[in-house]
Amino acid sequence: MRFETPTTVDEAVRLLSDDPEARILAGGTDLLVRLRARQVAPSAVIDVKRIAEMTVITREEGGWRIGAAVPSAEMNEMSDLCADWPGVMEAADLIGSTQIQGRATMAGNLCNASPAADSVPAMVAAGAVARIAGPSGTRDVAVEDIPTGPGQTSLKPGELITSIFLPVKPAMSGDAYLRFIPRTEMDIAVVGVGVHVTLDDQGKISAARVALGAVAPTVILSQSCADALIGTPGDDAALDALAAAATEEATPIDDKRGTVAFRKDIAGVLARRTAKIAIARAKGDA
Amino acid sequence: MPKDEFQARDFKIVGTRPLRPDGIDKVTGKARYGADVTAPGMLWGAVLRSPHAHARIVSIDTSAAEAMKGVKAVITRADFTYQPDDPGLADVLDNCMAGEKARYDGHAVAAVAATSKKIAHDALDAIKVEYEVLAHVTDVDEAMKPDAPVIEAGRQQENVPAGLSENVTSRSKYGHGDPEAGFSQADLVIERSFTTAATHQGYIEPHACLATLGADGQGDLWVCTQGHYMVRNTCAGLLGLDAGMLRVTASEIGGGFGGKTHVWIEPVALMLSRKAGKPVKLVMSRDEVFRATGPTASSSIDVKIGMKKDGTITGATATYRLQAGAYPGAIAFLSAMCGFAPYDLENVRTEGFEVMTNRPKAAAYRAPGAPMAAYPVESVIDELCQKLDLDPLETRLKNAADEGTKSAYGPTYPAIGLKATLKAAQSHPHWTAPLGENQGRGVACGFWFNFGGDTCVSLMVNPDGTVSLSEGNPDIGGSRASMSMMAAEELGVPLDQVRTIIADTASLGQNEVTDGSRVTFAVGLATIKAARHAIEIMKERAAMTWGIDPEAVDWHDGAAHPAGPNAGKFPPMTIKEIAAIASNTGGPIAGHHEVNAEGAGVSFATHMVDTEVDPETGAVKVLRYTVFQDAGKAVHPDYVEGQFQGGAAQGIGWAINEEYIYGEDGRLQNPGFLDYRVPVASDLPMIEPVILEIPNPGHPYGVRGVGETSIVPPLAAIANAVSRAAGVRLTSLPMSPPRVLAALKGQ
Repeated sequence: MRFETPTTVDEAVRLLSDDPEARILAGGTDLLVRLRARQVAPSAVIDVKRIAEMTVITREEGGWRIGAAVPSAEMNEMSDLCADWPGVMEAADLIGSTQIQGRATMAGNLCNASPAADSVPAMVAAGAVARIAGPSGTRDVAVEDIPTGPGQTSLKPGELITSIFLPVKPAMSGDAYLRFIPRTEMDIAVVGVGVHVTLDDQGKISAARVALGAVAPTVILSQSCADALIGTPGDDAALDALAAAATEEATPIDDKRGTVAFRKDIAGVLARRTAKIAIARAKGDA
Repeated sequence: MPKDEFQARDFKIVGTRPLRPDGIDKVTGKARYGADVTAPGMLWGAVLRSPHAHARIVSIDTSAAEAMKGVKAVITRADFTYQPDDPGLADVLDNCMAGEKARYDGHAVAAVAATSKKIAHDALDAIKVEYEVLAHVTDVDEAMKPDAPVIEAGRQQENVPAGLSENVTSRSKYGHGDPEAGFSQADLVIERSFTTAATHQGYIEPHACLATLGADGQGDLWVCTQGHYMVRNTCAGLLGLDAGMLRVTASEIGGGFGGKTHVWIEPVALMLSRKAGKPVKLVMSRDEVFRATGPTASSSIDVKIGMKKDGTITGATATYRLQAGAYPGAIAFLSAMCGFAPYDLENVRTEGFEVMTNRPKAAAYRAPGAPMAAYPVESVIDELCQKLDLDPLETRLKNAADEGTKSAYGPTYPAIGLKATLKAAQSHPHWTAPLGENQGRGVACGFWFNFGGDTCVSLMVNPDGTVSLSEGNPDIGGSRASMSMMAAEELGVPLDQVRTIIADTASLGQNEVTDGSRVTFAVGLATIKAARHAIEIMKERAAMTWGIDPEAVDWHDGAAHPAGPNAGKFPPMTIKEIAAIASNTGGPIAGHHEVNAEGAGVSFATHMVDTEVDPETGAVKVLRYTVFQDAGKAVHPDYVEGQFQGGAAQGIGWAINEEYIYGEDGRLQNPGFLDYRVPVASDLPMIEPVILEIPNPGHPYGVRGVGETSIVPPLAAIANAVSRAAGVRLTSLPMSPPRVLAALKGQ
């Protein structure tokens, strides 16, 4: 197995294009586990942590461009970023342990394409966009369009994600992410919900994005959940409608982490709880 | 009174909290665990495991693996040509390396030794095993049915009633009186059925060993175990070696909890070493630990208890069906003995069924059989208290066993501490603290026998007067500290003058495994006696120096003193002074003691816990936890408190989230700490330990073992707290969120 350490995106793209069996290493918190379990045996590992532009967070058009190799711990040390997108940052902060936080990246979380990835519903709710580099140049793709199924992505041969862009935070808006796990940490979401809401001058919800995780092969960006909130003040009736919509939209499976019935119930409960936090943040209450 | 019986005294060192002697090495990474040693020319071992729950092994082709560069040995069951005559040992051998059948997912079927880990694993991939897959059963109740797939025919004992599958290998019965008559006197009788899941001991350190076995029959084994004498005797018995030719050294141990009182990889590593002619290191992965080593038994239980309006229990019965796994088990009889042990009952009957299934052989886990025995009994008592509007602590106190009570399993108790724990619970502020919405408080009692057993200790007085103490029990709970403290106490020397080590099997006589909460009691007793032996010798040396009778010499404060004015006016001779001239007064000074220790002293605890149930998700939060347990005498209270807290923490995991999950295919679905959920630190509140000291009459300092009783009450205490918080009785463990939410919804 070769270990490659490109210093430019172009070099990484070339290495990846030349060797279809190569794998990208960012934090390695998924890849190394698979390697050790003998689940994968790539011909080469391409470490992207020496590519400068992939290891930095920069302001862009009022939003945030986060290099694909930036670990969660580093994001969570930036107070301005946390103030803009607390839901996304909290979601990234839930991945693994403190030690894992020093390595794990949101781009890696996205490319791992687990239905239960914590940062993905939060990014989807936030309207995050992945920048992809490949043999035919760069392209920008909405985060929700990256995973196509468990372990599957829409990335083409030779392509890698170089950054995640979190757009400028709209005025009077707030985001939040909650997950349900059977214990308090070090676990994988049984259900995860990301919500982003924007309020108008009257305090009514003018825009909403609700993303449901771990209840389908990929994250569900639910229009019916958003519709339950839009035009309402986010009162109990709206939250009831949101919970019902989330339960309805969830199409989970029975597995060792939860049953269909349980996951559908929890999707509703969490949607309500997450939306409450997002609304409070939009109002500046939290 | 013989000196080995308890005598009240004022302690100088026992009961204090000195720094632990193994602490620095452990936190700095210097401590040498099972996987931390290497040897010149060492090979790496790896084990091929069955992917099937139940399958006949038609053939194993190892030729491709043997031909690989770097592969030095490949073994299968065919290499184990020595046939142990003892049926128990034959089961152990079959469990370490499958013979005719793979009996569970993860059962070892072949092993290799190679020059690198990678080559060893590549070689495993090259071994071709042809299986004939058989019908399997992984549920205890299903396995008892007459038409269930049979794991092994011909193992059923005569005491099993007709009409049950051959998987039911034995039935045990305990009790006295007439429970039916008792039920007729009751104002309320409650009968309920319960289940508990298989849980793993969850030790952080996987099994690991380094084996060397030569053609001359001499071998050395470095191993992570709770009992290196057991490892030596078992491996010798499986390989046809002379026990004296095999020296086993116990490594530092990263947790055991009973799970390291058996062998799995050790005979395999020795066989690989013999075949390869090189040292072989074998280290289990976490996946292998979960799939192949012993979890505790899962269980299915019926309990029936009758109670009068005043709280008197009039009759009680329990039937325990325990899943032994792939070989005949021996845990259900312990459940049948322990369930009602805390109570003084006129009419009580219990029975226990050992049931084979296609799961790894159940192993000991901290008070084996007792937690699942207490759980249904304490649950039904709690429900009776609720329905009869009785105070659960007062009701337990009313029925509590005491000195002179004929126990539910037969013997009559000497002085015991159960009532003291209940009274301590009643007067603790936890009992009257207010509860909030969706919160409930549960209490439960628990019992464990405690054991003694074969024990050897050697205590050397070095030329400079310092003391080296050798014991033969791996230190899983602070025994080196406790032994040093007891030796220093008895000798009257400062604690820093004593160092205790765990000797290898060639250095001391036979020692029983570190189990049964026996070490602080039994090794402590032997340590005290070895110290007394050394004191007698030192008194003789002083007497010789002074020219007086040894009987005229006293020993206290680390020195020999003339016994009184008539003995003569000599200044005291300290241990250092006596040691300095030992060569001239008869030679080196050492005390030793060998004993099959009896009088371990049974142990009781009462636990109290507050939980909060999230009515929307079924999630349970443990808010407050207090342990009241009798330690006899706490030698090093920090360690005693650690045992109380550790048992409660493991019990919380067992009660709320830990379980072996098997799929329809009979394979374990969660062989890792991600989906086998032991509690993490943030899942637990501070667990408050309250130490009661009711001296054990059978130990010079009054010590009782404390390591196991602490895991007995938590399952029930938490179930009672959750049931009260949820307003519905929970009867299946673990009380995971889906299960609690379903109960809340009345499903």
